[in-house]
Amino acid sequence: METSVILLVEDNPDDEALTLRALNKNNIKNALVIARDGTEALDYLFGRGKYEGRDTRTMPQVVLLDLKLPKLDGFDVLRAMRADDRTKLLPVVILTSSNEDQDRINGYGLGANSYIRKPVEFGAFIEAVKQLGLYWLILNQTAPVSAK
Amino acid sequence: MNMLVSATALLLACAGFVVYDLATYRQALLRNLSIQSQVTGSNSVSALLFDDPDSARRTLSALEFAPNILAACVYTSGGKQFAAYRRDGSIDIPARPRIQESEEEQHSSAHGKITLVHTIVFHGKLIGFTYIQSDIQPLIARLENYVAISGLMLALCLSVALFLSRLARRSIAEPIQKLAQVAGRISQDKEYSIRASRDQEEGELAELVDAFNDMLSQIEARDRSLQASHEELELRVSQRTAELTAANKELESFSYSVSHDLRAPLRSIDGFSLALLEDYADKLDDEGKSHLTRIRAATARMAVLIDDLLNLARVARAELNRQPVNLSAMASSVVDELRKTGPDRRVDFVVQDCLETAGDGRLLRVVLENLLGNAWKYTSKRPSARIEFAKRQLNGEAAYFVTDDGAGFDPAYAGRLFGAFQRLHGVNEFPGTGVGLATVQRIIHRHGGRIWAEGAVGKGATFYFTL
Repeated sequence: METSVILLVEDNPDDEALTLRALNKNNIKNALVIARDGTEALDYLFGRGKYEGRDTRTMPQVVLLDLKLPKLDGFDVLRAMRADDRTKLLPVVILTSSNEDQDRINGYGLGANSYIRKPVEFGAFIEAVKQLGLYWLILNQTAPVSAK
Repeated sequence: MNMLVSATALLLACAGFVVYDLATYRQALLRNLSIQSQVTGSNSVSALLFDDPDSARRTLSALEFAPNILAACVYTSGGKQFAAYRRDGSIDIPARPRIQESEEEQHSSAHGKITLVHTIVFHGKLIGFTYIQSDIQPLIARLENYVAISGLMLALCLSVALFLSRLARRSIAEPIQKLAQVAGRISQDKEYSIRASRDQEEGELAELVDAFNDMLSQIEARDRSLQASHEELELRVSQRTAELTAANKELESFSYSVSHDLRAPLRSIDGFSLALLEDYADKLDDEGKSHLTRIRAATARMAVLIDDLLNLARVARAELNRQPVNLSAMASSVVDELRKTGPDRRVDFVVQDCLETAGDGRLLRVVLENLLGNAWKYTSKRPSARIEFAKRQLNGEAAYFVTDDGAGFDPAYAGRLFGAFQRLHGVNEFPGTGVGLATVQRIIHRHGGRIWAEGAVGKGATFYFTL
C-alpha cells in the first residue's frame, strides 16, 4: 500500500517549517506535498503547470488548507476543488489563524470538512497536528476514487 | 336675504305708522262728530221745548253739508223720535237712542258706520238726545292712500337698496370673495407661488390685496427655506450614515487582518523558541533556556491579548439579538468548563436556579465567562473558595451578581476596574490582560444595563449588573 499524501497549502515559510516539525514530532511519516499558493495547489491536484504529467488518479489523503494565500486564496481553491469531480469528495481541513465567524461560515459553506484554528503556542500546535493526523489519516475513510 | 330683511323692516315700520295715524284720525273723527252732535243738540233745544219738530228738522238738514254724515235724529227725553234727517231714504235710524242711563255720550261702530248719541241738556235737565250716524269713508280713503304711498315708497326703497347692494358687491364683496378663493386654493394645493390680482389701483381693498400678496411671498420664502433645510438635513444624515458604514467596514477589515496577520508571526516566535529549547538544549545554559522561556511566555500573553481585543471589537459592532436566555444553565456550563481547568481545586459554586432574561446569548456567555473566570482566578490562591451567581432586588430593580471570597480589590481604585488594560493586580500575582472587564462592561451597556463592583482587599469582590 502506498503511503498516502498530505497536501499542505501554506504560504508562510515559518508555518511550513513548524508544521513539518509538528508532523515529525508526531511520527507522521506520510509524504508531504507543499503548495505555496492557491494556483500551485490546484496545479498539483489537477496535474498541470509545475505538476504536468502527475497521475491524477492518486489524490492526497487530506488537504490542509490555509485561507490567506497569495494569488488564489483558500476559498478560491476550495471552490475549484468542489467544482471538479476528481476532487469534489476530497477531505479538506482548513487550517488558519482566523477565528472570524464569516470565515467559518464561508469555509463550511463551500464544502470544507473541518475548520481548525492554528494555536499560537507551539505545544498546542503540536497537539493539534497530532489530533489531525490521528483522525484524518488513520480513523477517517476517504471516498473511493471512481474508475474513469 | 338681506333684501328680505330690509323689506320686512320697512314694511313693519310703515305698518306701525299707518296704524297709529289711523287711530288718531279716528279719534279726531269721533271728536268731530261729538261736537257736531252737541251743536245740533243745542240748536234743537228750543225746538224740543216748544215742541216744534219742523224747526228741528230744519236744523238737522243743515248736516247735509257734512259729506260723511249719513243720518241724524233728535229724540225726546222719553226716547221717541222727534225729528230725523237722512242722506238717502234707505238709511236706517234706530227707534230708540241707545245710551246708558247716566252717560252723556255713547258711540259705537258697526258695518262701516259710526254712530254717536249725545244727551241734550237745558238748565241741567235732560230734554232729549241727538243721534248722528257717519260713515268712515274718509278713514278708508286715508288708509287706501297710505297703503298706496307705502307700497310706492317700499318699492322705491327696495330698488334703490338693490342697486346700492349690487354696487357694493361689485366693488367690495366680490374682490374679498376672490381673495378668499385664492387663499382657499393656496391652502388646498399648497402652491405658494399664486398671487391675488388687484382690481383697483388705489383704496383700502388694493392695500388689502397688496398686504395679502406680501404675506404670501413671505410664506413662500419660508416654505422654500424649510424645504432647503430639510433636504440639507437628509443629505447630512445620509452622509453620516455613509461615514458610519465606512467606519464599520474599516473596523471589520481591521479585525480580520488582526486575526490573520498578527498571530502568524507570534506562532513563529513561539514555535522556533521551542525548537531551540528542544533541539539545542545541550548547547544552552540555564540562563539561555530561561530567556527562551520568557520569550514563549510573552508570546502567549500577546496571543491572549489579541484574542481579547478581537472580542472587544466584535462586541462593539455585533447586532444585539435579544432572545430568552437561561442564565442559570449558562452559568452552570461555564462553571463546568472552569472546573476542568483545575480539577484539584476545592471551590464551592452556588448558582441560583431559574434565572432567565432576554438578551444576546453569545455576548451574555462572554460576560459570565469573564466574571466567573475572574472569580475563579482571584480565589486560586486560597485553599478553598466560594463563588456565587444569583439575583437580588436592589432599589426596586433586579440585579444579578457574582461574588467570591478571594483576593478582592481596593475600593479606592474601583473606578479603574472597567477601563481597558487597567489592572489592580500585577501580572505576577494574577495573570490577565485587563481587557476582560472592559469587554463585559461594553456588553452590559449594549443591553442597556449597568455594572458596578464592591469589594475589599482580602475579603473578596462582588460584581453587580442589570440588564
